[in-house]
Amino acid sequence: MSAIETHVLAKDYKVGFWRPRPYRALDGLTLSVEPGEVFGFLGPNGAGKTTTLKLLMQLVYPTSGTASILGRPLGDLEMKRRIGYLPENPYFYDYLTAEELLTYFAGLFGYKGQDRAKRVSRLLDEVGLDAERRLQLRKFSKGMIQRVGLAQTLINDPEVVFLDEPMSGLDPLGRRDVRALILRLRDAGRTVFFSSHILSDAETLCSRIAIVAKGKLMASGTLADLVTAQLKGWEIILDGLPQPPSAAHPGVRAVTTIAPGRYAVDALPAEDPLRLAQELAGASGRLVSITQVHDTLEDLFVRQVDQASGTDRFAAPAPAAAAGGTR
Amino acid sequence: MSVVSLPTVLRIAANVFKESVRDKVLYSIVLFAVLIISASLLLGQLTAGQEVKIIKDLGLSAISLFGHFIAIFIGIGLVSKEVERRSIYALLAKPMSRTELLLGKFFGLVATLAVNVAVMTAALVVVLAVYAWLTPADLRASWESSATDPAIVVVAGMILAELAVVTAIAILFSTFTSPVLAAAFTVGLVIAGQFGADLKNFEQVVESAPVAWMARGLYYVLPNLAPFDVKSQYVHAQSIPAGYVALTTGYAALYVAALLTLAALFFSRRDFK
Repeated sequence: MSAIETHVLAKDYKVGFWRPRPYRALDGLTLSVEPGEVFGFLGPNGAGKTTTLKLLMQLVYPTSGTASILGRPLGDLEMKRRIGYLPENPYFYDYLTAEELLTYFAGLFGYKGQDRAKRVSRLLDEVGLDAERRLQLRKFSKGMIQRVGLAQTLINDPEVVFLDEPMSGLDPLGRRDVRALILRLRDAGRTVFFSSHILSDAETLCSRIAIVAKGKLMASGTLADLVTAQLKGWEIILDGLPQPPSAAHPGVRAVTTIAPGRYAVDALPAEDPLRLAQELAGASGRLVSITQVHDTLEDLFVRQVDQASGTDRFAAPAPAAAAGGTR
Repeated sequence: MSVVSLPTVLRIAANVFKESVRDKVLYSIVLFAVLIISASLLLGQLTAGQEVKIIKDLGLSAISLFGHFIAIFIGIGLVSKEVERRSIYALLAKPMSRTELLLGKFFGLVATLAVNVAVMTAALVVVLAVYAWLTPADLRASWESSATDPAIVVVAGMILAELAVVTAIAILFSTFTSPVLAAAFTVGLVIAGQFGADLKNFEQVVESAPVAWMARGLYYVLPNLAPFDVKSQYVHAQSIPAGYVALTTGYAALYVAALLTLAALFFSRRDFK
């Protein structure tokens, strides 16, 4: 049983006042997240990440499609007991203290007495707000609110944790703490589904990722599958050349001078690198090395986003830039 | 609609109550009401022989008026503030239904109103007791009823029942419209609710049968708030029959149930964008 499953999930919002017309915020999202995974849901602003999370939390209802969490339908109260959710830029009742807020939320899960008090205390300690527990939330900074948000997400020891832009508003130390927290959850066998547009977070934390853009799923899979499988080109180092190799060669994207007589050739992935190296080295040159150049997550991300919006930042020559993802 | 969990509703209600207790605006309203009730002591002096009646009438009117202020202006914000500030996002992810959230909000505000009405009524009783203490015994004997007539509890209860209906109206509107419109609609409905009897007997005023039917239809749909006003019976020392109180309170309970059902229906399908 998957921890999270969506099937052709779609959401239209009505836009316009006089003549409302549908705007598709999410378009046929089908994905599944397995138990114990840290799943990164990546996309630029307005891609449909928050809409997806709101659909999963039943804060908005789908126009079509279905979804389930822990094998149960959305909105199921027993399922809700087993999940945690941190909204994007969360806001909590500012007249409460951090301790009161967590006590209130713990009560909604049915925790009482000592168990509740210990749980609240442990979580405040875990997110680094032990000293501020009796301070009203109106006096909290954005980063502190985010920490309270994380604490309330974990109040019920959830099996599946949904985090919408969890690093938002945090300073570098806070971000490091959140990363450590996500890794602790992973080690404890929890499923973490987090949305972000910060790619380095995904690279550090995720076992699998999905990229969404313009409401569509553009790619999904493990980082290894998506990134290293994409050969971007070849880097050929040549030495002992009296003059730079010709950049006009159809298989060459660019030539960079490393030192006098030593050059790095950026070749297209479709080329046979050995044949090209011999051709460019001629009689006097010497081949030093040939290295495969793979996509980075950023390359993949930018390409998928461009593809969704119909632009091509990597216009020819980049014929092998086809996406490896599912749609 | 799922089964409602009473502990969940009570926890949400307790949080609404806590919010009200920490709201300085609420204190200001109650303080202002108490001041006006106290001022009725002075105003009563201007009307020879009718002092106690004036104090009772003014005091109870102030309790009702300020109660309405609280019910409408906090009531319309109960749901809309949660949505506007997005605190509803984390809340609805907890094991609760939207209906439980609405019920918790309703009972929380009704509890707040109960405390406020009790405080204002207590202030009125103190004012009346002070006035009675300052009045010579022979003058006191001419009063229709004692200054500290315990029937005031019944009047306060009826005000509270009316305020519960007003709160439910405010919550209903706040589930599907903006706070400003919700306030306007609620105020409009509360005013219309005072003229229920006129709508019922509209055929005596107009000749057009369709208009009379429409008025009769409105009479059944709109809240009939006039029966909750038993101030004049109390002021003139007339008895307020227990059957009347039970019937009116029962009407309030049914009307509130209908309003909250409708509110839950609207709220259950709402998207929080």
